[in-house]
Amino acid sequence: MNAQESKAIALEMKNVSKRFGSVVANKNVDLTVYHGEILAILGENGCGKTTLMNMISGIYYPDEGQVFVDGQEVVIKSPKDAFRHKIGMIHQHFKLVDLFTATENIILGLKEEGRVSMAGAEQRVREIADRYGFHIDPKKKIYEMSVSEKQTVEIIKVLYRNADILILDEPTAVLTPQETEKLFAVLRRMRDDGKSVIIITHKLHEVLSLTDRVAVLRRGEHIATVNTAETNENELTEMMVGKKIALNIHRSDPKDVCDRLVVSHVNCVGADGIKLLDDVSFTARAGEILGIAGIAGSGQRELLESIAGLQHLDSGEIVYHNPKNGEAVNLRDKTPLQIRELGVRLSFVPEDRLGMGLVGNMDITDNMMLRSYRKGHSLFLDRKKPRNLAEDIIKSLEIVTPGTTTPVRRLSGGNVQKVLVGREIASSPAVLMAAYPVRGLDINSSYAIYNLLNTQKENGTAVIFVGEDLDVLIELCDRILVINSGAVTGIVDGRTARKEELGLLMTKTRTECEEVTDGDGNE
Amino acid sequence: MTATNKKAAKQREPLFHVAKRDAVPLWKSLLIRLVALALAFLFCGLLTFLITRHSPLELYESMFLDVFRTSRRVWKMIKDIAVLLCISLAVTPAFRMRFWNIGAEGQVLVGCLATTACMYYLGGKVPDHLLIPIMLVSALISGAVWGLIPAVFKAKWNTNETLFTLMMNYIATYLVAYFLLVWTPDGSSTLPRLQHGHLPVFFDNDYALIVMVVVALTLLMYVYLYYSKQGYEISVVGESENTARYVGISVPRVIIRTMLVSGAVCGLAGFLIVGGLDHSITTESAGGRGFTAIMVSWLAKFNPILMVATSFLLIFLDHGAARMSQDFGMSDAFPKVITGIILFFVIGCEFFINYRLVFRTKASAKREEKA
Repeated sequence: MNAQESKAIALEMKNVSKRFGSVVANKNVDLTVYHGEILAILGENGCGKTTLMNMISGIYYPDEGQVFVDGQEVVIKSPKDAFRHKIGMIHQHFKLVDLFTATENIILGLKEEGRVSMAGAEQRVREIADRYGFHIDPKKKIYEMSVSEKQTVEIIKVLYRNADILILDEPTAVLTPQETEKLFAVLRRMRDDGKSVIIITHKLHEVLSLTDRVAVLRRGEHIATVNTAETNENELTEMMVGKKIALNIHRSDPKDVCDRLVVSHVNCVGADGIKLLDDVSFTARAGEILGIAGIAGSGQRELLESIAGLQHLDSGEIVYHNPKNGEAVNLRDKTPLQIRELGVRLSFVPEDRLGMGLVGNMDITDNMMLRSYRKGHSLFLDRKKPRNLAEDIIKSLEIVTPGTTTPVRRLSGGNVQKVLVGREIASSPAVLMAAYPVRGLDINSSYAIYNLLNTQKENGTAVIFVGEDLDVLIELCDRILVINSGAVTGIVDGRTARKEELGLLMTKTRTECEEVTDGDGNE
Repeated sequence: MTATNKKAAKQREPLFHVAKRDAVPLWKSLLIRLVALALAFLFCGLLTFLITRHSPLELYESMFLDVFRTSRRVWKMIKDIAVLLCISLAVTPAFRMRFWNIGAEGQVLVGCLATTACMYYLGGKVPDHLLIPIMLVSALISGAVWGLIPAVFKAKWNTNETLFTLMMNYIATYLVAYFLLVWTPDGSSTLPRLQHGHLPVFFDNDYALIVMVVVALTLLMYVYLYYSKQGYEISVVGESENTARYVGISVPRVIIRTMLVSGAVCGLAGFLIVGGLDHSITTESAGGRGFTAIMVSWLAKFNPILMVATSFLLIFLDHGAARMSQDFGMSDAFPKVITGIILFFVIGCEFFINYRLVFRTKASAKREEKA
């Protein structure tokens, strides 16, 4: 693949640096992007991929360095400047007006001469869609759209502004495997049309299946840019992490399995009348890891929160079997405090670490206290035990922190997560629920978390793990429950599950699923 | 060719851009604050000189030194600090909970009103040693109720506490106006000093009791906020209601309990103002201190101990400026301008503690010239 010689340079960054306070986000990065190629910016979370791209899309301004577009040095101070140089970025979090149609969102903010012709704009949207193989209804309102449709709108918005360089920030994070394939087909067509496509990602298999070249970043520095055809997964990982690393999860066989948490026919209707949970039934067993797969926002959060006593249920039961005395306790409509007082040893690592599990401005000791501060009759806090616990956890989980008095928000994502997981497993739970526990974590920390979950499982805890990476779910979990629109569409064995099968279940509706089979569901 | 040149010229690197600072070491943040203060005085001096033609040094001498010149002036200042600090301590628990209570003014005023009512109706009928506890309790209760009402609405229906507490201020003011009409049959609405229910005088000093109470309160509040379980709950609720719910803290309960405390301490301030100082009431008895207290609390980052310093700063500026205008026969408005400018600098320098400006470097300018 001699792309470099035959293709013209579209964009070049030279010696670009960006600092936030004392944190160096990017350091002397050089990067070249050619016309007609798909380039991956690969790196672990927090290595400065998004910051780097934000500097060419006009969100940030570099502290040092130069940017060239088509050989001309340019200054990009705002997204408008970026568009003038035909650079467009599709952010991870979509920026769309819910009540507007696709077309209205696309032309929003454009200052064209004369009157706006909606019909004309719709026509252009259709043309763009046809050219690259998108499926879109220009008149559809955003709130009626699926995540993948919204993403399509964002991409067309950029193309409508004649972007030649498209940057996509983790575009597949919210897509099913099938939608991902469709997106990749579209991106390939764009490349063949001469556009430069940059995707920011940390998923290796995507890099290998889609891109022409890979630029690897590590701790803000550009390590190397290699041709995708000439590299492999191990080499890329080594470049990302800086050392050789074994990428497999040890899955032991479950021992002494027994029912711990039985959820039956749980229903929950949201404020706007939409069913958040639709007749959900499953059993979490002691000594097993039960995975929960699904597109983001399919009811995973509500499910865990209803078990933790944070979500009101409209019907159904959640029964906990106490391992100490075999008693069955119904957790429905109990507050978190009541659940604890009933002697239920339930731990919960919520998705939103600093917004729910921890208090960002408090130090590690005070965060350790969150669960236990009520103990005793004293009016005053006892910080001694929490401090000891904090010290223990820092040591045993190898948390990098100046000390126990550092505010948690100052720690890196992986260390924040270790603080949270550490606290939750310190109470030796009988049920441990973890929602996206490795989101935003680097590879090493992720594997550390998987190991912790595995240890809990071996200790006889019923582990419930909500994940987004299907490969990890298949490797780690004993059983995988798939949820879509609040309904369970299948529970499969983790040892035999295939990714495509999970992908199909993730988009299947309940009725379809009942028509096809009633066997592969609940036991 | 020329077109591209023009385009290049237009796209110059901005003169400076704003960058976030990391945690600044203490000495540096203190230095920034000191520089800000120095700049503020420099600027004010220049301004006063231009407007009044007085030497700034003379002005500052009057502002800084004259307030300390007699012990009477010093004690007056201490008294004002104590009262302001008391109200600031009152609003702080709510603020730590991110409950934007701007109703301290009204809560203090109902405390004043309750105290005055006791003095007016019971004065002379019950002995003072009984009257004073009654005054205290009714002031605490009425302040607490004034805080409780918006808290309940916030906890149950999530109403906006800022608007709500603000409105409660007006109700309090007009309640006082009403009672003044009732209590002054001549229609003057000026209630003469009441003779009964004066707080005892210690050490031959009218203000000693208030100072002692406020010192004790400062320590108590510090311990309550930083070392008690309830204080911890307040912080958790303030930082994140979701986290509070997650660990089983009842958010409505904490909101209501905290506003009861906040309101009651405001009531206490009202009790001190009427029982210890004014022995009478007007609609201005709170005198805007319910609002100034917000500034004291914010400037001290809600730390009761630091509030001693911030309430000193505000009162000192106030007295100094007043002294200055008196000494030089200036209008009343002028000291307020000076105080405003100084506060602007003091608060504005927080920006430079959190951010820094990165200027276009010579190297990049040169590069541009070449291009």
